[in-house]
Amino acid sequence: MAEEGTREPIIELVDVWKIYQMGEVQVKALRGLSLNIYPHEFVAVMGPSGSGKSTLMNMIGCLDVPTKGKVYLENRDISQLHESDLAQIRGQIIGFVFQTFNLMPGLTALENVMLPMTFQGTDRRDREKRGRNLLTLVGLGERMNHKPTELSGGQQQRVAIARALANDPDVILADEPTGNLDSKTGKEVMDMLTQLHEEEGKTIVMVTHDQRLSTYVERIIQIMDGKTTESLNHNRGGIEDDEI
Amino acid sequence: MIEDYFRLAVDGIKQRKLRTWLTMMGVFVGIIAVVSLISLGQGLQKLIDDQFKAVGGDVLIVVPGGKGSFMAGGSGSDIISAKLHQSDLDVIKKVKGIDEAVGIFRSTGTLEVYDKKKSIPVFGLPTDLKSQKSLSKIDLYRVDDGRYIKQGSRYEAQIGVETCSGLDKKPGVGDKIELEGHVFHIVGMNMKTGNPFHDAKVTIPIETGQKIFNKTDEYSLIIVRIQKGFDIDTVGERIEERLRKHRDVSEGEEDFTVQTPQNIVEVFKDIVNMVTLVLSGIAGISLMVGGVGIMTTMYTSVLERTRQIGVMKAVGARNSDILLMFVIEAGLLGLTGGVIGVILGLGMSKAGEYFARIYIEDFSVYVSLELVVGALMFSFIVGCISGYLPARQASKMHPVDALRYR
Repeated sequence: MAEEGTREPIIELVDVWKIYQMGEVQVKALRGLSLNIYPHEFVAVMGPSGSGKSTLMNMIGCLDVPTKGKVYLENRDISQLHESDLAQIRGQIIGFVFQTFNLMPGLTALENVMLPMTFQGTDRRDREKRGRNLLTLVGLGERMNHKPTELSGGQQQRVAIARALANDPDVILADEPTGNLDSKTGKEVMDMLTQLHEEEGKTIVMVTHDQRLSTYVERIIQIMDGKTTESLNHNRGGIEDDEI
Repeated sequence: MIEDYFRLAVDGIKQRKLRTWLTMMGVFVGIIAVVSLISLGQGLQKLIDDQFKAVGGDVLIVVPGGKGSFMAGGSGSDIISAKLHQSDLDVIKKVKGIDEAVGIFRSTGTLEVYDKKKSIPVFGLPTDLKSQKSLSKIDLYRVDDGRYIKQGSRYEAQIGVETCSGLDKKPGVGDKIELEGHVFHIVGMNMKTGNPFHDAKVTIPIETGQKIFNKTDEYSLIIVRIQKGFDIDTVGERIEERLRKHRDVSEGEEDFTVQTPQNIVEVFKDIVNMVTLVLSGIAGISLMVGGVGIMTTMYTSVLERTRQIGVMKAVGARNSDILLMFVIEAGLLGLTGGVIGVILGLGMSKAGEYFARIYIEDFSVYVSLELVVGALMFSFIVGCISGYLPARQASKMHPVDALRYR
């Protein structure tokens, strides 16, 4: 990309290893993986199952720390950070969107969106206001007080996207965001992510093995056996064509 | 922020109602025991304390019946067959070191005010000035409003502040009341003592009382005031000795009892303290069992919500947030159990009071704010302590593993 030479990466992995000890066996999930992701990029991480995509996602999302190597997020080396600092980064810089939505079953849509702000100590009134705005933004203005079980899969994923945006993070990590949705609602969710990327300038990293989703992203990072095999620029299909 | 943890904790509890109830039951059984038994015990202690505080430190009381007659139903109770007579009073009056001895008659009568009836304690007091002066030094018999019964009058009465409570009209000084079919003129109002029994009494001249209740030459108790400079215990022993001789009973088989306020209060306090200690032990064990129940529930709850814990961590919850949330949840389990326990415990103690009144008519439970607040705080703390280990386990969960848990 043109910016790569001039811009600092927002996410930088340098020779990252992740080794799990499963009894006697060592499982090397990541084997010296290095990559850069730049601000405002929309990147897909693709690869077969077992290739290490999820482990990579966990590293970027500060849910896990590498066994060896460096992970920089906004120039901070997360492998050196204390658990509470990692939690703070997760809360402020990163927004997660999961395949299985992972909403809190006992809370309403609005309360789910407010949850990340609660952990940041945001004032209740501000939380509620932002929560309402975000749910309206994702088209759920009418269903704020519904529990997750009262919402369809697509609606739940939209609540999850609103929740991911709660603390206005720079990076959105989406782990198979359309994996549990039919193709129509899947497309709606992808359109929403694209919109967030284009209009809000969010950096979006999406893990998927759905080849069809590659048309939405700017760049695809392929992973195989715990290493990046290629990092290619991809001309986004339908969307950019439409724009021209 | 802290109220959000409470909200999340309440949400956690609401997700599993049945289990919550069962867990809380473990707590409230213990709290019921603590609250009801301690309030009964404190009621007893207060009753004794009040009665003797109102009497004063230089006063002895002689009652019919042997040792323990107080426990058997109070002085003047019909259960006790032995009586005190004028001759006993005369003997006491002659004992060295005595300032004044006053015989009092006591019974229960029916009060009628504007067709409404009520059963109240009746006290017959001597109306001569010397006795009246001596009695007025004791709070229980002091008149606050109006005057004392005039010497020689027969149908004058003093009432207590609660004598007419529960009736339609509350007569005051200058009004008339009907007691056991006789009309009395109210001349004075007794000082409020805080003793429900004494505050509800009607005081009439002793001769009238003995006549109405058909108990001529009978005293329910004799109040003895000690002269300054004399030792109360020595005088008490002297009275015992004279009365034994007069009533022709041998030592150890007395049909009367000389009580000093202090020794009775001490004996009772010892008993009550011991009972309280034993009960605290039992309640402590039962609360510990309740605590183990909370711990089990919380471990299950943490396991069930592993994924939710992972999600909360992913959206920015720190370990300390998760820890606090689960500790509060466990604390709330304990507290809710405590609230139920306190309510049921108070109910139990009221029931206890009802049955106790069959034997000790002036008994009422004493519920102190300290007891209620203490019980609630204790149950919350038991909950928090029991929830600490499960909460710690939850807080230490690795977010990746927690999110992967199914």
